[in-house]
Amino acid sequence: MKPFVAWVAGAVLACCLIAGPARADDAAPDAQVKAVTQDVLSTIKQDKDIQGGNSKKLAELVDAKILPYFDFTRMTQLALAVNWRRATPEQQKALTQEFRTLLVRTYSAALSSYRDQVIEFKPLRSRPEDTEVTVRSEVKQKGAQPVTIDYDMEKTAAGWKVFDVKVGGVSLITTYKDDFANQVRDSGVDGLIKTLASKNNRQSDARNKT
Amino acid sequence: MNNMNKHLQSQTQTARPPGRPARGGRGRPLAAALTVAVLLLSGCATNGNPRDPLEPMNRVVYKFNDGFDKAIARPVAEGYRTAVPQIIRTGVTNFFSNLEDVWILVNNVLQGKPKDALDDLARVTINTSVGLFGVMDWASEAGLPKHNEDFGQTLGRWGVGSGPYLVLPFFGPSDVRDALAWGLVDTQADLLHQVQNVPTRNELLLLRLINLRANLLDATRIVEEAAIDPYSFMRDAYLQRRQNLVYDGNPPREKDSAAEPAPLQPVAATPAAAPAAATAADVATAADGAPAADAAPAAAAAQPVRSGDPQAQPADPAKSADAASESEKRAATPTLAASASPRATP
Repeated sequence: MKPFVAWVAGAVLACCLIAGPARADDAAPDAQVKAVTQDVLSTIKQDKDIQGGNSKKLAELVDAKILPYFDFTRMTQLALAVNWRRATPEQQKALTQEFRTLLVRTYSAALSSYRDQVIEFKPLRSRPEDTEVTVRSEVKQKGAQPVTIDYDMEKTAAGWKVFDVKVGGVSLITTYKDDFANQVRDSGVDGLIKTLASKNNRQSDARNKT
Repeated sequence: MNNMNKHLQSQTQTARPPGRPARGGRGRPLAAALTVAVLLLSGCATNGNPRDPLEPMNRVVYKFNDGFDKAIARPVAEGYRTAVPQIIRTGVTNFFSNLEDVWILVNNVLQGKPKDALDDLARVTINTSVGLFGVMDWASEAGLPKHNEDFGQTLGRWGVGSGPYLVLPFFGPSDVRDALAWGLVDTQADLLHQVQNVPTRNELLLLRLINLRANLLDATRIVEEAAIDPYSFMRDAYLQRRQNLVYDGNPPREKDSAAEPAPLQPVAATPAAAPAAATAADVATAADGAPAADAAPAAAAAQPVRSGDPQAQPADPAKSADAASESEKRAATPTLAASASPRATP
């Protein structure tokens, strides 16, 4: 039961490992994930500042290289579930923005604990006409069971975008769903936006101090 | 809500395979305490997660654990990590991991996975000999991956439902099945508990705990960064994780995918309605086509979340097929789906 926390970390770490240049719309989704992952990891390995704990620089890396491959509107919509419909367009926009910021923070934290894990990709099982695929990968680490990382991706006009990440079978979206639903039940959609915003601000304050 | 609690609880009890009464013996006080706690507190549920009827109690324990962790466990683990070089800590982790592999082997045998069990046997043999009593993990290098098994997973494999989510004092997230399996079986089978010299045994247990907590320092930091409410974040992650482990990475796709995507998509004609229906179909075929031994636990596990109907027959393939067409209908009518989901049950 305890080791499970380890994997939460690994999980989130996984999310970070997606990134890369969004060149062609027709790039195969698995090739895209692979390229971004390798790009980000090699950048981290070469960057002394990031290794030394420069979290601002790491956040910039996440923002620039990883996040363009996520469909945040869809992720926020999935995480909000029924409450998405109850939110006004402005609220939906604010929620998406705050959720995005939260994920940048989280990914940065996870990436900063990246050591020298080896990531392997499994062959993609899909047909050419598929508009949704799951790219499967596995993080191998010494002395522990490999952790699987699955990226649920959707073909959009702007290329393949990730809309959920499952680490060791744990879906990012599902995990946030209850968290968000509780907030909305207790204090409404605005309450959730406020909570997210204050969490994001608090974290950036803490970051600036260190 | 009360009905649902009884429902969940009766599932925990009825889900135990016939002829396997609850274990007594040395762990009896723990079992009794857990049972009493479950019975006492199942009456006071909130309208939260249907798999967490004990949420009020769980939150109290969670808060206690958090306080203990911040005041004692985490500082000790941080000190250990500062004082002990990485290479030694890895050796310590490997040493305890090698001991665990023996029990993982047994569980793989109990779950009818001879190939995994043989891998485990090879792991233990290699690591204990060439790896100097497990301090080095040569087996992983040689392409024999470590497995993750325990008696709770074995029970799950046998078809025992997980029961309500449960936060254990000091040890954190669990559920009724896993807590009983761990308290009554896993700890008894733990090789460290076989050490006869009590002070030595206790020192080893303590070292293992500190080392474990130290390994989790990064993880906790990330969870704190990620979660709005760490309690529900951990709970939802734990429940998904265990389900995934029981099925070794291929859990039956029932609950969320079949019942929930519909309400997520406000417009009935969105493309996402199609995958939702397809997923439901997957579930039906899986239940239909799989050998009975596989289908039964799948159905048992699916039961708590599939519907609010206590009469639901778990292993009825016809019903599963119905469920597929049902959720096609649901996909078309979000309100129907909402009213069919367990959370909406009064």
